[in-house]
Formats: sequence, structure tokens, C-alpha cells
Amino acid sequence: MELILFIITALVAVGSAFMVITQRSPIASVLFLVLTFFCLAVFYVMLGAQFIAAMQIIVYAGAIMVLFLFVLMLLNLRGTQSWEVGSPIRKWLGFAAAGGILLVAATAVKSVGMTGTELDPALGTVESIGRSLFNRFILPFEIVSVLLLGAIIGTVAMVKQKQSEPAEEKGGEEQ
Amino acid sequence: MTVDLSWYLWLAAVLFCIGVAGVLTRRNALIIFMSIELMLNAVNLTFVAFSRYLTNIDGQLFVFFVIAVAAAEVAVGLAIIVTIFRHKESVDIDKVNLMKW
Repeated sequence: MELILFIITALVAVGSAFMVITQRSPIASVLFLVLTFFCLAVFYVMLGAQFIAAMQIIVYAGAIMVLFLFVLMLLNLRGTQSWEVGSPIRKWLGFAAAGGILLVAATAVKSVGMTGTELDPALGTVESIGRSLFNRFILPFEIVSVLLLGAIIGTVAMVKQKQSEPAEEKGGEEQ
Repeated sequence: MTVDLSWYLWLAAVLFCIGVAGVLTRRNALIIFMSIELMLNAVNLTFVAFSRYLTNIDGQLFVFFVIAVAAAEVAVGLAIIVTIFRHKESVDIDKVNLMKW
């Protein structure tokens, strides 16, 4: 049963990931990426990581992808750009590089021995993550909060447009 | 036959390579950004798979931090893309060549 679920979800995940990079319209790519994230959440649940699965749905599919959609809506791209990069050589070089990385990853995966341990039910619970997070990893936790604050400040500072006064502008032009 | 660790690692490697192909092949800055997120998620899957098969919670903790940092990165990256779009009216990365020699 778990095998069938894994195979089906893996096919859907790889298929929708491939559609992410091959679609013409960015909206379709975003929706296929959301589908990939849902498949990944299914994998996390199969691996017993319930908290990570919930975070994947809430943060990645629910917040980050919504942010992507908002930006796409804001940019309002007229007309879709063509699939091919400027020269087909660049496209084939890109695929060759990806294939090379797959070869490197294959050699690494082949060296992994069979580890058939039983799923520990207490491993992925919120309590176990919370225990480690607030005991051993309290410093990275606080630093991540500072990082998020810096990201918010940076984002707002970057997209804030200058509010120009009409009277001052006119006075400057007359001089 | 049960699902083994190497199956998850293969799947994560394939997803990662699809992300790499997307980054290197597409011209649209938003699609490139989405491919980067795909790569990050492939790495997350690797971490969670190892965490389950080695019965160590550290993998899932690292995924927690990766998700948080990715959220911050997406916010800042999209702000950069919006700012570039305001200047150039295009998100084609081939047109962002001001510093090209």
C-alpha cells in the first residue's frame, strides 16, 4: 500500500516539476509548483514528519506561492515568453549540466546502504521538534527571527516608492 | 518490497536536477526563482528521508530552518524582481545586462 502510494505520488511530483520548467505561462508554472509541494507534503507524512508536512503546506504552498501569485498579478506580464533560451546551444548545455549533476547524485545514492529501520512514531511530532528547537537550537531559532525581520525591512525598503510633492516639483521646474 | 531510503534519495536527486535544468534554461526571472525553490524542496526531502531512516530529529530541524530562510529569500528576491521590472518593464534576465563587459 505504501509502495503504491509512493510510486503514484512520485510520478505526479516529477511530472508536475517537469511541467513547472516547461510551461509558457508563469501562472501555470506556479500552479504546477503548488502541486509538487502537495506531493512533497504527502512524502513527509509517509516519512513520519507530520510537523514538517504541515509547515510545508502552510508556509510553502500557502504563503510563498501566494506571494508568487501576487507578484505575477502585480507585474501583469503581457504575452508569454518563448520556451527556448536565446540559442538552442544554451538550452542543451543546461540539460547536459542537469544530467551531469544527476550522474554525480547517482554515484552518491548508489553508495547508500540499505537502512531498514522501523518508523519511530515519536520522531516527527511537534513535541520532539519543539524539544530540540528550544534546547539545542535556540540560538539559530532566534537568529532566524532576526533574519525574517531583516527580510521584511529590506523588502519594504526596496519596493517603497518615493512620494513626490507636486508643489515642490513645480517650484523646482520653474527655477 | 518496502520503500527504501535510496528511493527517496533518487526522487530528491531527480527533482533537484529538474530544478537545475529550469534555472539554466529559462529566461523568465520568476520561473528561475521557482526552479530554485524546487531545488530547495528536493534538499528538504533528502533531509527528512535521512531523518526518518537514521531516527535522528536533526534532519527535520534543518528542514525547519531551510523553510524559514527560503521564505525570507523569496520575499527579498521577489522585491528585487519587482524593482527591476519597474525600471525595465521586463523580467527577461537576458535584458538585465547593465554590467556586462
